[in-house]
Amino acid sequence: MADRIAQGRALEFRDPRKGRELVGLLARLCGQIGRAPISVMHVCGSHEQAIARFGLRASFPPELDVIMGPGCPVCVTDLPEVDEAIALAMAGVRIATYGDMLRVPGSGRSLADAKADGAKVEVVYSIAQAVELARQTSEDIVFFASGFETTAVATAAVLLAGTPANFSILSAHKYIPPVMEIVAEMPDTRVEGFLAAGHAAAITGWGVFERFVERHGIPVVVAGFEPLDILAGLACLLELIRDRRAAVINAYPRCVTREGNRRAQEALWRVFRPIGGQWRGIAHVPNGNLRLRDEWAHVDARRRFKIDLAGLWSFAPPRLAAECICGDIMAGIASPSDCPLFGAKCVPDQPVGACMVSSEGTCRIWHEYGGRPDLRR
Amino acid sequence: MCLGVPGKIVEISGPVATVDFWGVLREVRLDIVDEEVQPGDYVLNHVGYAIRKIPAAEVEATMALYESLLREAEREDLMAADIRGEITGGGKNKNG
Amino acid sequence: MADRSDAKIALKHGAGGRAMRALIKEVFVDRLDGSGGPGIGLAAMDDGAALPLGDRWLVVTTDSHVISPIFFPGGDIGRLAISGTVNDLAMMGATEVLALTCAVIVEEGFERAQLERVRDSIDETCRAACARIVTGDTKVMGHGEIDGLVLNTTGVAIASRVVPDSGLKPGDVVILSGTAGDHGMAVMARRHDLALRGDLRSDVAPLNGMIRCALDAAGDAVVAMKDPTRGGVASALCEMAQKGRVGIVLDGPSVPIKEEVRAAAELLGIDPLIVANEGKALIGVRPDAAERVLAALRAHPLGRDAAIVATCTNERPGQVILETGFGRRLLQEPEGEPLPRIC
Repeated sequence: MADRIAQGRALEFRDPRKGRELVGLLARLCGQIGRAPISVMHVCGSHEQAIARFGLRASFPPELDVIMGPGCPVCVTDLPEVDEAIALAMAGVRIATYGDMLRVPGSGRSLADAKADGAKVEVVYSIAQAVELARQTSEDIVFFASGFETTAVATAAVLLAGTPANFSILSAHKYIPPVMEIVAEMPDTRVEGFLAAGHAAAITGWGVFERFVERHGIPVVVAGFEPLDILAGLACLLELIRDRRAAVINAYPRCVTREGNRRAQEALWRVFRPIGGQWRGIAHVPNGNLRLRDEWAHVDARRRFKIDLAGLWSFAPPRLAAECICGDIMAGIASPSDCPLFGAKCVPDQPVGACMVSSEGTCRIWHEYGGRPDLRR
Repeated sequence: MCLGVPGKIVEISGPVATVDFWGVLREVRLDIVDEEVQPGDYVLNHVGYAIRKIPAAEVEATMALYESLLREAEREDLMAADIRGEITGGGKNKNG
Repeated sequence: MADRSDAKIALKHGAGGRAMRALIKEVFVDRLDGSGGPGIGLAAMDDGAALPLGDRWLVVTTDSHVISPIFFPGGDIGRLAISGTVNDLAMMGATEVLALTCAVIVEEGFERAQLERVRDSIDETCRAACARIVTGDTKVMGHGEIDGLVLNTTGVAIASRVVPDSGLKPGDVVILSGTAGDHGMAVMARRHDLALRGDLRSDVAPLNGMIRCALDAAGDAVVAMKDPTRGGVASALCEMAQKGRVGIVLDGPSVPIKEEVRAAAELLGIDPLIVANEGKALIGVRPDAAERVLAALRAHPLGRDAAIVATCTNERPGQVILETGFGRRLLQEPEGEPLPRIC
């Protein structure tokens, strides 16, 4: 039946035999490049999750260093943004948010702490659920929106479809392409190629990377999330590095085109505008934050409510936060195993830094899979 | 972000499609999908919204990409082997 | 390992993983006088206790059941309660149940007809397990003081040989008696707010008959058993690795998983290896007996999909490595209840 065929197709992207062949190809390409380390970076928490889940690091050739970049939207949400949500919650406003955002530490506490103190904070699995909540009650519901552009389009679509009057958005959405610029321009960067996130590119199109590649001379390969997608994407990237070709290659043609999804882009930019902002640990990212346009002021929690952050200053930041190197980890300069707190004083149950809180966070992912993803002692 | 499992549209009612993900049904909104879709089409789902219609042909294209990657590599290896053969056969002999 | 000790009990303490075991050990095992006597007692934290009775063993186990929803595809709390206890006995090698008890705590306002439905299910499951309830207890609590219905069952059996969960040695293989993740995914898919529709059914069933076949086929060559309930195959294997002080290598592609379960798990971002099973067993056997045990399981209706899924080594004792087909990684037990990712 047609379903079987489709399943068969999808499962082909998990064919271990092809996987082994691609792993062999990676080793050969590294040999041809003839030096170590060869450093490439991905900027998507879902890529790291797939890599960790399928144990790919144990198969990568030792010369290949796949760096985890700032691909976790929750992790890069800066303290003041988290504080805004907490301040609202403490002022008695009902907040709905994705589970990941619940325990991200602000400058002193998290939404979970606020909830434990009686604030009305609920976890939802989709923004539609938050809207449903707003329809069922007369009190204000603020959706604390996190996620990159792929998730932001859903927020945009929801607003365009119309929401009840008591519903508003506190946007902490982020936009990825600008941060690649930042990483490429960092003085101690050793990134020779980028693996770009396939689903974000499904929205934006791979065309957005052309100017980046021209300007920085660093190749970009757009890759999907199945194990074969990732291996093939890395192989394409290594070929470009070997041939010193700065180009954009689309290794995810079944989902990504050059123009991307125009309809989704229109929805996105009708609702949001990019502004510069601080990304936790990474410094200022021009156009990295997505905020609601003026036409949407009526659903913008920042304009509907007066958010008083002063009340939060009395909470001293956790002592351990000084030792946290999440910023370096997100910039790709360090890995979790470099952090003295990792797995010891910083664990998913009691996270110190944002990277351990979010399911997309590097530390959280590594910890879930045992802390030593390449299984090399 | 999620793996974005492709699903097949079973039926459409206004902006909402019922999508079959390998035997599990879920509702997905069509507000921002890039092309007109109908039952039988495959879509990529992200947080409850279809973000792309996946043409069946593209699956083939991706598999072809992998194949060509691997064949290229084989060809290069063969070429390298040829060249190596020429060097050792024709010219300098180095020990070790 | 964390800085502050847990002053309050949290949900994770009931999730079947490390936190729960730590709580049990610190609060109960270390401070209750249950570890002194002969046999397998509290300190072993096995599926049940085994007390020497002449040249045989009296095996005892107890379980409380708090599942919600009470009725789910494939079963209900009654079937779960009986199967859970019968299976705990079976995992220790005690497949002929001497007797069961059943204590019931009901919330004020609970529908009597529903209670009778649960009773019918209990009755049916007892028959399937050749077990009978000989005594019980009934309590009613005020509305809101308890969530619907809580069942506690205790099981007693006599066995000539006890199979601990610590018996694995390097070279042994581990068989999984059927598909992984059925129960946990069925219950999770049922949750209204996840808006998932599909034909996912719990596998809840009493396994003593099937285990009897396996034990008859191989006797002493069955060296360790555990049912992968809360925390799934991952938790159970981690415990077996730790208690047996062996390394276990789990071959991902060999683990049988139903397509619908795999699909639902993908959609929710959950690993089928960490969700509960209520009708499956992990059976550790000496390598030369593996085929015999496999054949015996597959001949039984509840073991049709049985497969060899893991081997034991002396590398990385206490840890479980998962071969994914594309690489390998450590397989850890989940920290708490599996929660869907934003998807």
